[in-house]
Amino acid sequence: MKKAIIKATESLGKVLPLILGTILLVSLLTIIIPESFYTRFFNKNIIFDSFIGSISAGTPIISYILGGEMLKQGISLIAVTTFLVTWVTVGFIQIPTESIALGRKFAILRNLSAFVLSIIVAFTTVLILNIV
Amino acid sequence: MLQLKKISGAWFFFILIVTLYLFLFFVNPSLCISSLIFFRQILIKIIPIFLLVWFLMVIANYFITPKFVFKYFDKKSANKWFFAIIGGILSEGPIYIWYPLLADLKKKGLDYGFVACFLYNRAIKLPILPAAIYYFGWKYILILAIIMIIASIGQGIIISRIIKE
Repeated sequence: MKKAIIKATESLGKVLPLILGTILLVSLLTIIIPESFYTRFFNKNIIFDSFIGSISAGTPIISYILGGEMLKQGISLIAVTTFLVTWVTVGFIQIPTESIALGRKFAILRNLSAFVLSIIVAFTTVLILNIV
Repeated sequence: MLQLKKISGAWFFFILIVTLYLFLFFVNPSLCISSLIFFRQILIKIIPIFLLVWFLMVIANYFITPKFVFKYFDKKSANKWFFAIIGGILSEGPIYIWYPLLADLKKKGLDYGFVACFLYNRAIKLPILPAAIYYFGWKYILILAIIMIIASIGQGIIISRIIKE
């Protein structure tokens, strides 16, 4: 057990600079980019909206609050859904960290496929919602 | 255990961000301080999760061996997706905090597909369900969650096939 504790501590110690660096970057972006930015810059284009979701750096609950406000402003449910899904499944700004921990190929492939999947998920969800 | 090939890259990244903050301190002190206050708030929130991850890593190191991973996540087992989905949904905190544990499991033989599936399911967060249902309704959230779980398996299969080791 002692060996397991030492190994776990060493592993976390190695990624600590990555984690702290990412939190510092996320903090800065969260302060720089106000919530109003997202609602102002949405142009009802699914690709663009999902890209905004991909570069966003807030907690998931913010995406639902913003998504709710966007719906009130007349943005389509498909566009809002792609935004919600990319917000939580795609993290372009975390790719460097993910690449170092899990490999560059995996990180890029995972984020790109999640980006594409977000559009499919949005269309499917809204389609089923309209049928049910 | 986890051995990051580009460990120097981790420190380089951290130093780069700290340098950015130092620069910002002289150019725009209020922005720098606001960001640091926000940083402190996040840090306080993630410390318990960080401890949980550390505990899970100790357990993983003690019990989970490459043989164990191959046994429970072998190609014929259907439970592998179930564990990845449930694990992803129940995992808390920022995504980057889970990278060490996933990298560790990956090194022990866990397929990339399950790692991707786990990460995708982190999007379904039980604590935010009340707010999500409030804004979008339970029917929408239920359908979205089911579609996302299916998508996570699809993504896992695709990644597993593309990245073969």
